[in-house]
Amino acid sequence: MTDLTSLTLAEARDGLAGKSFTALELADAHLAAMERARVLNAYVLETPEQARAMARQADGRIAKGEGGPLNGLPLGVKDLFATEGTRTTACSRILDDFKPPYESTVTSQLFTRDGAVMLGKLNNDEFAMGSSNETSCFGPVLNPWRRQASDAKLVPGGSSGGSASAVAAGLCLGATATDTGGSIRQPAAFTGTVGIKPTYGRCSRWGIVAFASSLDQAGPIARTVRDAAILLRSMAGHDPKDTTSVDRAVPDYEAVVGKSVKGMKIGLPREYRLDGMPAEIEKLWSQGADWLKAAGAELVEVSLPHTKYALPAYYIVAPAEASSNLARYDGVRYGARAAGNNIVEMYENTRAIGFGAEVRRRIMIGTYVLSAGYYDAYYLRAQKVRTLIKKDFEDCYAAGVDAILTPATPSAAFGIGEKAGSDPIEMYLNDIFTVTANMAGLPGISVPAGKDAQGLPLGLQLIGRPFDEETLLSLGAIIEQATGRFKPEVWW
Amino acid sequence: MNAPVKPSNLIKGATGDWEMVIGLEVHAQVTSNAKLFSGASTAFGGDPNSHVSLVDAAMPGMLPVINEECVRQAVRTGLGLNAQINLRSVFDRKNYFYPDLPQGYQISQYKSPIVGEGEVVVDLADGTSFVVGIERLHLEQDAGKSLHEQHADMSAIDLNRSGVALMEIVSKPDMRSSEQAKAYVTKLRTILRYLATCDGDMEKGSLRADVNVSVRRPGEPFGTRCEIKNVNSIRFIGQAIEHEARRQIEILEDGGSIDQQTRLFDPDKGETRAMRSKEEAHDYRYFPDPDLLPLEFSQSFVDALKTDLPELPDQKKARFIADLGLTPYDAAVLVNEHESANFYESVLAGLANARRDGKVAANWVINELFGRLNKEGLSIAASPVSAPQLAAIIDLIGEGTISGKIAKDLFEIVWTEGGDPRVLVEARGMKQVTDMGAIEKAVEDIVAANPDKVAQVRAKPQMIGWFVGQVMKASGGKVNPQAVNDLLKTKLGL
Repeated sequence: MTDLTSLTLAEARDGLAGKSFTALELADAHLAAMERARVLNAYVLETPEQARAMARQADGRIAKGEGGPLNGLPLGVKDLFATEGTRTTACSRILDDFKPPYESTVTSQLFTRDGAVMLGKLNNDEFAMGSSNETSCFGPVLNPWRRQASDAKLVPGGSSGGSASAVAAGLCLGATATDTGGSIRQPAAFTGTVGIKPTYGRCSRWGIVAFASSLDQAGPIARTVRDAAILLRSMAGHDPKDTTSVDRAVPDYEAVVGKSVKGMKIGLPREYRLDGMPAEIEKLWSQGADWLKAAGAELVEVSLPHTKYALPAYYIVAPAEASSNLARYDGVRYGARAAGNNIVEMYENTRAIGFGAEVRRRIMIGTYVLSAGYYDAYYLRAQKVRTLIKKDFEDCYAAGVDAILTPATPSAAFGIGEKAGSDPIEMYLNDIFTVTANMAGLPGISVPAGKDAQGLPLGLQLIGRPFDEETLLSLGAIIEQATGRFKPEVWW
Repeated sequence: MNAPVKPSNLIKGATGDWEMVIGLEVHAQVTSNAKLFSGASTAFGGDPNSHVSLVDAAMPGMLPVINEECVRQAVRTGLGLNAQINLRSVFDRKNYFYPDLPQGYQISQYKSPIVGEGEVVVDLADGTSFVVGIERLHLEQDAGKSLHEQHADMSAIDLNRSGVALMEIVSKPDMRSSEQAKAYVTKLRTILRYLATCDGDMEKGSLRADVNVSVRRPGEPFGTRCEIKNVNSIRFIGQAIEHEARRQIEILEDGGSIDQQTRLFDPDKGETRAMRSKEEAHDYRYFPDPDLLPLEFSQSFVDALKTDLPELPDQKKARFIADLGLTPYDAAVLVNEHESANFYESVLAGLANARRDGKVAANWVINELFGRLNKEGLSIAASPVSAPQLAAIIDLIGEGTISGKIAKDLFEIVWTEGGDPRVLVEARGMKQVTDMGAIEKAVEDIVAANPDKVAQVRAKPQMIGWFVGQVMKASGGKVNPQAVNDLLKTKLGL
């Protein structure tokens, strides 16, 4: 029997259907792989008993000829998603041993409705604030990829570092993730996986620990474009409990994988050609463009003039919303509590021990930009910038552009501790190509497209029209096909 | 009509007259089954934390979903206040830490409220009325409740109220006396009760007011104001204003200046005390709630609500005056309390000829019934005399079956014993004598027995009342006084 953990989600699905193996065998293979790979620190909680129970139920359904589209397929869940009765922490000390009495809409669709098997909870940057998964209270996640002839530990990117690392290392067939400024696409690019952040409103945010409500969006990280398409279909959908989710039919995303992209118009934004961009990134980008051209797409240069304001504006909007969203962690009702002589001291002590340095920094930035006298200069202006960024894209799409091709990240994965120094801006610059899609609410996909000189994976990003994830998946499949799949060598 | 400077409203200080300027922020709990952003019950008096949803407790990842009924109630209220309805409004977060505020922010409306400017016509006891401008009305969440008596060194939190919908109704600074302020709140409460958008029950905290008070020399610009938080009865509103105005005048007359402050009213001591100064004021860091899209609805949504609006006190009052000939005072008394108006209208509905007897009915309802209920400390709901019973009594008067005097006896019987007034009148022989022969006989007997009075009445015709009284007395009140009067005039040659 082949190694069940090296199958794609689609292959595993077909294998289950063809009774080549059971859901329990599939779950067990992954649980064993997880045990062997604990050094990666991808999982913050393994739920083997629950996984086996769910797998047995899935096998029962198969025996009866029943089962949803993900029946018996083992997945990992970013620890930002509330899972009923299973510890959910957002990788923050402040949530302590919090076990939600509710299940997020997205995970209930995956597991309860569509029959997938949950393997455990995946590491992430604390409250999804970070681009390297180094801010987690459970410690950093290691990237299964290493530089050629080097055993230096690399970050998997963040904030969905656990999801990306686990998918790349074969510790699950796919994972849920969330993306506020690039938290799906950047770690996908760093680990040679596929990550799609759908249009804002495509997936319900209900039951996902909030970071920045107007930017947060759930999406999958998977090993192939097809797998990402399969997972997205199960994650998406309208939810009356989230009034920002959109009531729009969920298409069969998988059906567009392999579809021709002939005649599509792809924009190459000149503002993304940064000064000092590494030659290999530049090369990757033009290579991607060539592949799409070869597949019949038309390449045009476009302008997104407000791009340079996106990152600074993002670092006003996201912390502002976060400072308010995280006010509920006050030690009164759930999570950690540190005693104090009065209520204010209790708040201060609880939040001082409960939040890590990066979270505290963003709460302070957010509090500052919303405060009286600064609101207009910062928050209001950032929102105006956001409108302009959105308009840049709208103008492009109105001119007939179907999608925009950019690099996913300015570099390949970097070393643990390398950018966690005193200057947070260095870390923030990781999101330079990805934040625009969040600011404009647009879908974006990151697809592996090559390797750098040291053998680390690099990704390309495609940004699409609102609710046109299908075009991104079709185009992503072309790049994937041209690139070929690659997996890290097992060293753990 | 905007509150004129009336000498009677001025306060005499040691150095001359002062005028109060008062504005009110009334928090009215929206009548709805569920909370503003969650499905939890709004029922009053449940066990602590028995009406709390995951949203109300601000569990991680929970999201607010607007309760449409609360939106309808706010629009109805806006229409009842003759106010601008904003088809687009925005919910904002007001950020501050407090143990009974689970989210760490209150969802409110800051820059774009659901209702804009309007006005309320307020009637005063002296029969005059004035207008109070409404600045805005917005929807917001109530907080929970901190309980400090349960434990020696811990406080307990009850989240039953957390997330209940409130309407904050902000007036313009249009009031110049505590009487005006009290009359405004009373009128506002009446309107809310007519609309059934708030039960107005101040004891349960359904209606509370933040009172803004400043003083100035007549004609001068507004002075610095202090805000007295959370006053929970109309009487206390009056007391708090009186005390606060005098406190400010004393400071100013001593050469001091007023610090802009938030103050609390202590009903036991009848005084206000400082809570926090302007410098200590919270920075609420308002910003639009990203979990909620702007609230938008169409004009036809508003129009439909407008069509279904009940008759409001001002309209009802005007109708009572125009159609039934009631005095403005009586009409006001009847409409002030929705229950009173409802009772009066039930009486009208039971009358054979409401147009003819509506005014008589108003007198009976106000003087006989309400007077009696008041005396006995009973509510209208507990009235021993029902609207149909009272209507029957008034019909009996109107059709000439009984006199007004007998009617009072009949009312007394119905009050104490109950029963159908028509049956009682028959059974107890209370019918008015309409036999002219019998009346004539009674008149002749009285005239014959009192020759001295006959002489006097010829000199002084007003004396005729004495004769009428005698005849009435002799007949046990069962003759028609008008008929007696007419007959006497003929007999006495007046």
